[in-house]
Amino acid sequence: MNGHPENAARFVADAERTHWHDTAVWSVRQKRDRAAWTVPEWEELREAAAGIKAHTLSRLADYLEEFERNATANGIRVHWARDGAEHNAIVHGILERHRVTRVAKSKSMLTEECHLNPYLEARGIEVVDTDLGERIVQLAQEPPSHIVMPAIHRKREEIGELFHRTIGTERGLTDPTRLTEAARLHLREKFLAAQAGLTGVNFALADTGGFVVVTNEGNADMGTSLPPLHIASMGVEKVIPRARDLGIFLRVLARSATGQPVSSYTTHFHGPIRGGELHVVVVDNGRSASLASPAFRRSLSCIRCGACLNTCPVYRRSGGYSYTYLIPGPIGSVLGPQRDARANASLPFASSLCGSCSDVCPVKIDVHHELLALRGALAEHGQVAAGKRLSMWFLGFLLRRPALYELAGRMARLVLRRLPALARLGPGGVWARQRELPPAPAESFREMMRRQP
Amino acid sequence: MPKVGLFIPCYVDQFYPAVGLATLRILRQLGLEVEYPREQTCCGQPMANSGCAAEARPLAERFLRVFGGYDHVVAPSGSCVSMVRTHYRELLGERPDVAAVGARTYELCEYLADVVGVREVDGEFRRRVGLHHGCHGLRELRLARSSEMVGPPFDKVRGLLRQLRGIELVELQRPDECCGFGGTFAVAEEAVSCFMGRDRLADHQRAGAEVVTGVDMSCLMHLDGLARREARPLQVMHVAEILSRARLA
Repeated sequence: MNGHPENAARFVADAERTHWHDTAVWSVRQKRDRAAWTVPEWEELREAAAGIKAHTLSRLADYLEEFERNATANGIRVHWARDGAEHNAIVHGILERHRVTRVAKSKSMLTEECHLNPYLEARGIEVVDTDLGERIVQLAQEPPSHIVMPAIHRKREEIGELFHRTIGTERGLTDPTRLTEAARLHLREKFLAAQAGLTGVNFALADTGGFVVVTNEGNADMGTSLPPLHIASMGVEKVIPRARDLGIFLRVLARSATGQPVSSYTTHFHGPIRGGELHVVVVDNGRSASLASPAFRRSLSCIRCGACLNTCPVYRRSGGYSYTYLIPGPIGSVLGPQRDARANASLPFASSLCGSCSDVCPVKIDVHHELLALRGALAEHGQVAAGKRLSMWFLGFLLRRPALYELAGRMARLVLRRLPALARLGPGGVWARQRELPPAPAESFREMMRRQP
Repeated sequence: MPKVGLFIPCYVDQFYPAVGLATLRILRQLGLEVEYPREQTCCGQPMANSGCAAEARPLAERFLRVFGGYDHVVAPSGSCVSMVRTHYRELLGERPDVAAVGARTYELCEYLADVVGVREVDGEFRRRVGLHHGCHGLRELRLARSSEMVGPPFDKVRGLLRQLRGIELVELQRPDECCGFGGTFAVAEEAVSCFMGRDRLADHQRAGAEVVTGVDMSCLMHLDGLARREARPLQVMHVAEILSRARLA
């Protein structure tokens, strides 16, 4: 299987598209900057959000049980799933009991993680993703390429073509307003036909036993207001202690995600609609293993705003599909290897470690240091290529011996000057494909210092 | 009078001795007692960044031994200094010697601005200059406020450069985007690395820069390699090479 470097090389081979993708995603980072600057206490908000998350993770089981008690008292049925398979079986069981064959689903990265759609479809249930971007990638039979803007990799001409092919709009339609209008009409039928609504959860509130879902399209509200059955899926890390802390997270979430002061729809669910049922499925799926690791615990603070993707110079220039994990970009490169180290071994190296992700993160996850720590963990478990390992061992061997290092340096510079072809073997050759090799002065600094200290 | 240990990163030693000389000239001109301990080699960053902690650890120990006796350690590199100050803890654990040497090790501009307290840069540099902030100097050593952070602006490198007579510091569209060097990233992710570098060069050229400068010769080596391959009219200079022409006080 290809890793990130191979996938990324294919992406950047189309330079024009790479520039387009970079610019489109960067504009969201700029919106985020403008929104953050409207809040003078921005850095304090980040600090508070990080502190609440760290505290919650330190007694996660207690808050989850408190949430369960209070939610149950509200008439919400709480289920616990150890992994994706259990989650899917629980959701399917509920739908089957209600003889549901058509569901409307709003955005949830967790259900992507559990591969819920194919699971339900294989059992005769039609799942319609109702977020516009999600619907686009669903119609194109693609996974999302971004966690907040799932179809950011698609140009509007391509969406016009896709809609023409799949939902019967006129050929050549590229006007965003008319495309959105067509999608709205198409989705309205789906909303009216749905027998159950599925949603994710942005925040579960331990003290009130309710939960909050944010969208910009109101699709979670549409999907859960008509049918009598609502199933919400959440990872164990989504709980926060108190409803009064919510304001901190909502202020940083929308600003970090899209540069809006607040999301268009922020819906609080505190019980089923009259005569209906409301279920919450709480999923672990490897999260408690991350919680047990001091190095990676912080990654569970993530509120899925996508700001680290938008700021990442590598994500912007390699696209969501170059990453081997379903959550792309810096945070996905931290989460993916924790789920499956072998399949995602290239991801911690798909970063220049510039640290922009850490500075932009609204809950102050030290993303680039976690990537670095993962590199170490992968090397320890033999997931770093033997050749790289060997060259680092050899370099280390040289650098522990100043005389040998000096000799090797002199030879390397001699080769660079006299036998440039030889210098182009190995990593030097990769360097020199698009770049000139560094100059090779006759004397190193230490040689000059010896002559004339 | 503090005794300063001059730390010249391995690739600067081998490929850019002029940057080492410029750094030495600046420190001596300020009347500091500077020594270049010859047993130094490398801080271990290439190994640590590849995840090879076992290979990096002996080099970190060696660095602590070689530089442990100095009052201050100064290097013309943000990245290598950040390795010592930020990452030795992760490699070697919370030890008093690790914390002490880390706290005494400075990037050149930071040393001039914060420790020596340079207030006057008396010199001339009549060029249009683009400042490339190396990411580790920026976001780990906090040599300037990164563009992600909300708060009062500061920039220790620009603060020194802008005092030069005739210098014009150009305004970039993306003031602190990574150049794509990233150590082994430059080779392991060659395609994205070079794309990022060319985007940086284009930003500097659009802004009218004739010279691109920065605190890290590693970023500049990558940018210079790309610029020379495409014969772009951009000259790359380490910030020490510019400042060494001036009288600092």
